[in-house]
Amino acid sequence: MLTIDVQKVLGSLELDIKLDLPMQGITAIFGRSGTGKTSLINVLSGLSKPDKGSIQLGDRILCDSAKGIFLPPEKRKIGYVFQDARLFPHYTVAGNLTYGCCDKDQTHFDDVVRLLGIDSLLQRYPSSLSGGEKQRVAIGRALLMKPDMLLMDEPLASLDLPRKQELMPYLEKLAKQVNTPILYVTHSLDEILRLADFMVMINKGQVVVAGNVNSVWGSPEMRPWLPAKEQSSLISARVNQTHPDYALTQVMLSHDACLWVSKLHRPRGEWVRVRIHSNDVSITKAKPEQTSIRNILMARIDKILSVNEEEKVAVRLRVGEAQLWANLTLWAADELCLKVGDEVFAQIKGVSVTQDDLA
Amino acid sequence: MLTDYELQALLLSLKISGVAVLVSLPLGILCAWLLARCQFHGKAILDGIVHLPLVLPPVVIGYLLLTLMGRQGIIGRTLYDWFGLTFSFSWRGAVIAVAVVSFPLMVRSIRLALEGVDLKLEQAARTLGASPVKVFFTITLPLTLPGILTGTILAFARALGEFGATITFVSNIPGETQTIPLAMFSFIETPGAETEAARLCIIAIVIALASLLVSEWMTRMARNRVEAQC
Repeated sequence: MLTIDVQKVLGSLELDIKLDLPMQGITAIFGRSGTGKTSLINVLSGLSKPDKGSIQLGDRILCDSAKGIFLPPEKRKIGYVFQDARLFPHYTVAGNLTYGCCDKDQTHFDDVVRLLGIDSLLQRYPSSLSGGEKQRVAIGRALLMKPDMLLMDEPLASLDLPRKQELMPYLEKLAKQVNTPILYVTHSLDEILRLADFMVMINKGQVVVAGNVNSVWGSPEMRPWLPAKEQSSLISARVNQTHPDYALTQVMLSHDACLWVSKLHRPRGEWVRVRIHSNDVSITKAKPEQTSIRNILMARIDKILSVNEEEKVAVRLRVGEAQLWANLTLWAADELCLKVGDEVFAQIKGVSVTQDDLA
Repeated sequence: MLTDYELQALLLSLKISGVAVLVSLPLGILCAWLLARCQFHGKAILDGIVHLPLVLPPVVIGYLLLTLMGRQGIIGRTLYDWFGLTFSFSWRGAVIAVAVVSFPLMVRSIRLALEGVDLKLEQAARTLGASPVKVFFTITLPLTLPGILTGTILAFARALGEFGATITFVSNIPGETQTIPLAMFSFIETPGAETEAARLCIIAIVIALASLLVSEWMTRMARNRVEAQC
């Protein structure tokens, strides 16, 4: 568990963060620019000192202003991957990678180098690397010091689109294979969908909402962030079976609710995260028959929000444990007389799997 | 090619300048670091004192050294009593005179180079577990190397040309304190020694030019190594 309770005044921004984070998986720290995301991880890394408060990582106290404890960055065992890779120009890639190693562990070194695909770069100098390669070396350098936690400050933000696409698969592999908990600062929703398990939204120096990505995604705090066509629900599902005749895979939301998605090369029983756009969900009161739509779920209306300015209605449906949002026109909602608690059928036109295994 | 007399003056010049630069280098790096990285009371005064030899007449520096470091001077007497060291009329005194005069040039280039080192790289090294001392020796100092080389060569060239402070402090003794400029001065003073003066003049030009070329070459080498910051 990482327990954070810090205050710091930075110019016009008052950072006041109280947060408990799990010590596993990737936690995305999300928010617009200048809301204190980077300031927060600088405080965690020890590069900047909070005015007041405490930080505890597992059973180690990193900082406690009441007891006068402030561990300098080199004693924290927290890896930091900066937005600009910050490789040392006078060391080779191999020299950069081993800079933070305190013991020689060839197996670990080989594992990290293989994971990041940088074995052909070892003898080169940083000035001859591309942006994506630099960032991979920077990630390797931070991993090789065997940190208790890894901080990543928008590692993709300074890269152009092809470089982002080049680096993304490595980050996805990292998310799956490395046991170190990662705090990942980003303002890209796409990166959160593909990488993160937990997310924290920060605004004006304070935590707005924190929790599992699927639940934060469906929360009202998240709605302003998603333009109408991006509004969507995230649902965890288990791979079940492949269609015998068509390139489709069945995933189970619960024991009696399933969806068909494009064929996945995943073993049965593995968890995937599916994303359903709210505009792709329509509601019928009677079970539709002879329809082209394959994915039809029984659901109960949980909440109805009217978005007046666009004459739209957002309906939250409950399918077992999962939540599913549907965007309807006001006209359709009026004609169907939808009420909270109604049993309806949700017709789903499109489903995508967001955490795709590219390995 | 060179007469014994010229060779003696040349070797003495190289010895005095070389020792002066090597002795003042650690202090120069320390001063540059204090000026570039630290905030403290009296920083402007330190800055002023370091740069003073650049603007003071060399004869004033020689006079001050004579009063402070001579056998009767406060520092000179103490050093003699404790270590038996004397400076006046000795090549050691010449080393001090040229070191003082060339010091500001050295500090200036090292300071500029230190200010050019990206603090973000040092922060990155700290997060990788390096103590401030390790960061200084593995990141800061190697990245400052081009500036240190330039500063050293510049100070060396300035030391070779030092005249006023040396002659005031340690006089003009052949084989002990008579460097090339002092030897040349003696020839100019002597009627009928124009050829000898001209020969020394050419030697002075050649070694000054050579040290500038070496400085340029070494700086380029060092810069190639640390170039293209990421």
